[in-house]
Amino acid sequence: MVAPQTEELRVEIAGLVDKLGPGRSSLIPILQDIKHRHRELDSETMQVVAEMLDIHPVEVYSVASFYAFLHGAPQGAHVIRLCGTLSCDFAGKDAVADALCDELGIGFGETTADGQVTLEWASCIGMCDQGPALLVDDEVRTRVTPDDARAIVAACRADEGRADA
Amino acid sequence: MAASKKTGSARQARIAKALKAAFRRELATRGDDAVKIRVCAGTTCNASGRAAVSCALAAELERRGLTDKVQVVLTGCHGLCQEGPIVVIHPRGVFYPRLKAKDIAEIVETSVVGDEVVERLLYTDPASDEKIALEKDVPFYKGQTRLVRAINGSIDPTSIDDYLARGGYGALATVLAADEPEAVIDEVERSGLRGRGGAGFPTGKKWRFCRQNPGEKHYVICNGDEGDPGAFMDRAVLEDNPHSLLEGMLIAAFAIGGDEGYIYVRHEYPLAVARLRNAMDQARERGLLGADILGSGFSFDIRINQGAGAFVCGESTALTASIEGRRGMPRGKHIRTVAHGLWGQPTNLNNVETYANVPWIVTHGADAFRAIGTETSKGTKIFSLTGKVRNTGLVEVPMGATLRDVIFGIGGGLREGRTFKAVQLGGPSGGCLPADLLDEPIDFESLTAAGAMMGSGGMVVVDDTTCMVDFAKFFLKFTAEESCGKCVPCRIGTTRMLEILERIAAGEGTVKDVERLEQLADDVIEGSLCQLGGSAPNPVLTTLRYFRDEVMEHVVHMRCPAKVCRPLIRYTIDTEACTGCHVCFGACPVQAISGERKEPHVIDQKLCIKCDTCRQVCKYDAVPVETGILAVAEGRQQ
Ligand SMILES: Cc1cc2nc3c(=O)[nH]c(=O)nc-3n(C[C@H](O)[C@H](O)[C@H](O)COP(=O)(O)O)c2cc1C
Repeated sequence: MVAPQTEELRVEIAGLVDKLGPGRSSLIPILQDIKHRHRELDSETMQVVAEMLDIHPVEVYSVASFYAFLHGAPQGAHVIRLCGTLSCDFAGKDAVADALCDELGIGFGETTADGQVTLEWASCIGMCDQGPALLVDDEVRTRVTPDDARAIVAACRADEGRADA
Repeated sequence: MAASKKTGSARQARIAKALKAAFRRELATRGDDAVKIRVCAGTTCNASGRAAVSCALAAELERRGLTDKVQVVLTGCHGLCQEGPIVVIHPRGVFYPRLKAKDIAEIVETSVVGDEVVERLLYTDPASDEKIALEKDVPFYKGQTRLVRAINGSIDPTSIDDYLARGGYGALATVLAADEPEAVIDEVERSGLRGRGGAGFPTGKKWRFCRQNPGEKHYVICNGDEGDPGAFMDRAVLEDNPHSLLEGMLIAAFAIGGDEGYIYVRHEYPLAVARLRNAMDQARERGLLGADILGSGFSFDIRINQGAGAFVCGESTALTASIEGRRGMPRGKHIRTVAHGLWGQPTNLNNVETYANVPWIVTHGADAFRAIGTETSKGTKIFSLTGKVRNTGLVEVPMGATLRDVIFGIGGGLREGRTFKAVQLGGPSGGCLPADLLDEPIDFESLTAAGAMMGSGGMVVVDDTTCMVDFAKFFLKFTAEESCGKCVPCRIGTTRMLEILERIAAGEGTVKDVERLEQLADDVIEGSLCQLGGSAPNPVLTTLRYFRDEVMEHVVHMRCPAKVCRPLIRYTIDTEACTGCHVCFGACPVQAISGERKEPHVIDQKLCIKCDTCRQVCKYDAVPVETGILAVAEGRQQ
């Protein structure tokens, strides 16, 4: 007996394999796509991917666990990623970080209990002369003040899900 | 001979005709002598309210019935990102920075309908405090030599016709018409172009090795992983002029004999990926990418791979492993990518900026390129200038320009009341250079000799409020976290080095620790498999070389001269200066401040978390910060 959600998952992954090709080089793009849509990569998903690409599940896990954006706990409906780099430090990143933590009631690397928002550090996002900078999902925001940060959190809370997901 | 010449010229004619057919003039933006308004739509200007400005502009032109007469172009980044949103009005080139939607009606009235300028909205040069009306007179632009970024601020990066109108893909047509791949390699080699991704390997030589190596297939890869903290030059090329990269890769593929290419872009650059995808679709549609390009028989297509948050994937062998669907771990250098790269085949891997130089070299010739730069480093280099300088943004200068030219000339020097302390070049693989090296020319050799490196081109300027121990700690923490873990010297060595630095920053370091740090640095450099570990100690080594006194102050006197390292400082209240205004009392997040209104306050050292809030809110400069053994001892005792 196969659970219905497993069947759905298989159809989805088969679609990706069709689109991207059955070669090993499709592995990371497939995992990225699934992570983006489902906000997590669970072991069942990795097993199905392994089977469809004809590689060992351990290989899939080994790759997924290597890349920061693929592994980790399930993410919230929105992900706020504050640039942790030094130019943003100069510009007052700490105050923004505090405001985010305060407003969300969580620390970095955590997700709110309602599954709405995940807060993470980002490696330099290249907005060094415009700090503090952050990404709300895929959108870049610069010169963020603690007040902006609170407004961003409120907007994420109010919104159902990522527009692009 | 005559026959071959004839087929040669038939080929030339065919390709020239195909290029002409690919261009649809009616879709291109008008030239700079026409009446038009350029609105910067780079990531930064977008983030600082460009959309509202565009809307207001469209509405105002519509209201005045000027929509057909005045063209509005959304261009790539102009470079002076801190002044966004930027709008430039042609034909004169009047420059309006930091525009707001409410100012639009006024500038249209004055500078579009009329031929005047709105004084109030002009750019003020922070160095001289003078108002500047025209874009070409802004000192930030005047000091630059723009070769790669020449047209980035004037074309619409989403329009292939804008690129074609400026002679784009002409270099490709030239090499396809001549049909002599080796001659292209000769030309690039003669130009002296060296890789812009960090190591500075001669590009022509790399291409030749790759071409000569036998294989079933030759691959062409572009490295757009740009992970150095403080660097965003490649993002700018990808976003502002994606076709220049595609053209460079096409020429490389033709020269090397490759028909398949990859562009590896980091996950953090969503706009760059969107612009690239759009550019590739357009190029395919016009017969400039894909099969039988411009009817020449040459075929080449490109795929985009997105990174997944691993800095080490910028290293060439880790990058190819990642494209193959593996963990991005580097391998030993005895196997060369040009011989056994992607899927074991000969592979040419270059940086974004390297490829973007190629069309210019083909169009203007190797001699013109050689004429710019120094003996060993030719052409220009783009830097992202950030940190405590007045003007920050993207800067393109000839190789051999001095650090002073860039930081004080173009960058306008340090902000009011601050003094230059150091500039970090090349991010976590580079080093920090002190004031006495400001007159060093910027080229590959000079920077390496000074202990820094060109790296990808990040330039972070710091002033007297930055602690060099803290600064080095930042970069080392970055590399320690990003170490892929494959080899021991890098994985464990960088962690141990970081622990020592943390001890020093906490006032717990010893003189022996400093020696150990130097010893370990050498071991990590020697023993690491790739240049991540091989260059990770550079920031620490340059700190010890140029700022040893400051490090020793931490060790011997428990002093942090810049008053940054928290364990070594103490916040106090100057009872003379304190007016008892009670502002700090309310601002302190841990209620460590007590005192009656209008009476001097005191800070309870046991409760103080050194968050700096009281000092920032104090209007009377009454919160001095102390550092040194006494301050530390007192803090610890309590
Ligand atoms: C840890 C590490 C990270 C790197 N990151 C980049 C990068 O982001 N972009 C880049 O072009 N080169 C990067 N490089 C350098 C590449 O390995 C390679 O030398 C370069 O892409 C070759 O292109 P070029 O000859 O055009 O410079 C990195 C190297 C190392 C060791």
